[in-house]
Amino acid sequence: MMKRPVDKITAVLLILILLVAAVSVAHAGVGGGIEAKEKVDLKQLMTWTLVFLAGLGTIFGFGLAFAAKRFSVKVDPRVEQVLDVLAHAHCGACGYAGCEQYAEAVVKNPEVAPNLCIPAGAGGAEAVALITGKKAEVMERIFSRIMCQGAYSTSERRFNYEGIQDCRAAVLAGGGDKSCIYGCLGFGTCVRVCPFNAMSMSEDRLPVVDLDKCTGCRKCEAACPKKVIEVLPSSKAVLVACHSKDKGGDTRKKCQTGCIACGICVKVCPFDAPKIDQNLSRIDLDKCRVCGLCVTKCPTKAIVDFIPVRGKAFVTDKCIGCQSCKKICPVSASSGEAKQKHIIDQSRCIGCGLCTAKCPVQAIDGTFNAAEVFRLALEKKRKTAA
Amino acid sequence: MGSEFTRLFELVISASLINNFVFTRFLGLCIFFGVSRKMETAVGMSITFTSVMIISAALSWVVFTKVMVPLEITFLEIIVFIGVIAGLVQASDTIMRKVASGLYYKLGIYLALISTNCIILAVPLVSAGEKYSFIQSLAFGLGSGLGFALALIIMASIREKLELADVPVPFRGLPMAFVVTGLIALAFTGFSGLITM
Repeated sequence: MMKRPVDKITAVLLILILLVAAVSVAHAGVGGGIEAKEKVDLKQLMTWTLVFLAGLGTIFGFGLAFAAKRFSVKVDPRVEQVLDVLAHAHCGACGYAGCEQYAEAVVKNPEVAPNLCIPAGAGGAEAVALITGKKAEVMERIFSRIMCQGAYSTSERRFNYEGIQDCRAAVLAGGGDKSCIYGCLGFGTCVRVCPFNAMSMSEDRLPVVDLDKCTGCRKCEAACPKKVIEVLPSSKAVLVACHSKDKGGDTRKKCQTGCIACGICVKVCPFDAPKIDQNLSRIDLDKCRVCGLCVTKCPTKAIVDFIPVRGKAFVTDKCIGCQSCKKICPVSASSGEAKQKHIIDQSRCIGCGLCTAKCPVQAIDGTFNAAEVFRLALEKKRKTAA
Repeated sequence: MGSEFTRLFELVISASLINNFVFTRFLGLCIFFGVSRKMETAVGMSITFTSVMIISAALSWVVFTKVMVPLEITFLEIIVFIGVIAGLVQASDTIMRKVASGLYYKLGIYLALISTNCIILAVPLVSAGEKYSFIQSLAFGLGSGLGFALALIIMASIREKLELADVPVPFRGLPMAFVVTGLIALAFTGFSGLITM
């Protein structure tokens, strides 16, 4: 193994180095307080060591046991049960610092509602209500909506941004590289922040929300530095997807899909919901009946209809010919004589659902709100019958 | 009196800057790398660590000087210090859970981590070796806590930015953190010789 002389010398050198290191380590290090003694009284040393260690152990044991007894916290088992049911996204949508805090609060405090965990959904709310013995109301689902349609190809940029590809960083560079200072910057901070993977970036650098996964936890709303994300109930489905307060001409130069405050939506709305304020149209969500008429009339397509498919209305045989649908239809699609079955022109119908809601005998079907209207009418009949 | 305070001040500066426990003595590194990924965990850990450090420095000094030195069993110091620290951490965990539950929710997770921190053992050992007085070992503990806090906060702010930077794939995460720590340690050697102790 160590045949050659150079190997032997290397081995000796290594051992010498190790010895020097060992000796120096004994002097270096983190201190000692141990001094060498001439004589060691072994018997006394042993006794005191044993006594001391045993004593210390006993004292600590008793101390800890006493502390555990005296400072014990009674944990309500229901808190554990509630914790199991919650969504554990640690999103803060319930308004508490964490899932544990909400579980404790809902069990201890009779005023805290059981349906505050929005990601847990209706199932979670019911389960929590069962455990805590409270009543749960079904909360409407809320979604995050992106209030900007200024994609990469439809909007202008002021300068070339070559920094960190994150909206929060880009906004520090003079408010971002987009010409419109109210618009989405498109670097995907919201997508990264979403704990449910409900957001993704489209090809054209606009965020897209997956409504099946979105739980309304509001993390994206908080993260967006431009505040273009609004979290709204799912029934508020017709929105002006633009926050631009620039004058119409400026908005048009900066973005093809921005709101130019032309006022057409205000004129056509049968319910007086849109209002122009600071060069931006905002829809009053309490007045809006989600008919979608303004969507068809907006010249820049700034207003977005979030209902995925609008079925067209048709009249069933229950029609009594009262002409209510004809009066309310905003596009005059319904026609018919009094006391005769009416007919709806499918090519004109925009699926707004107003006639379905207005019909006194629920004779119209096919629109997005048809199921809801029939259900409500049935409930009303049951109530009046009972 | 003046020289007493100067000595204490020197001790604090020495423990926190000149002989920083993380950057000069290379202690407490696993906690350091684990906790310095986000600023909020770093700050939480620093607060918990400094408070536990001061209490354990005091307790260890009392046990060492009043019990172990007269009985001449100072060679047991490592075992005894670890025992004292573990007991202290466990007791404070139990007490905090009841007395200050809001604080416990925020900082309780760091308590268990502290008992595995090398620095918490190093400080009593150094105090025992250098034969500090009670106040001096308290000052030393405070200085070490401050130094650890400084190290954590510097590292956390750099690592948060590193998350967004374009790091080569083999270096992502811990390797880059080590490189950065080495650079900071190099920078901290600039403090050496600031106070001759």
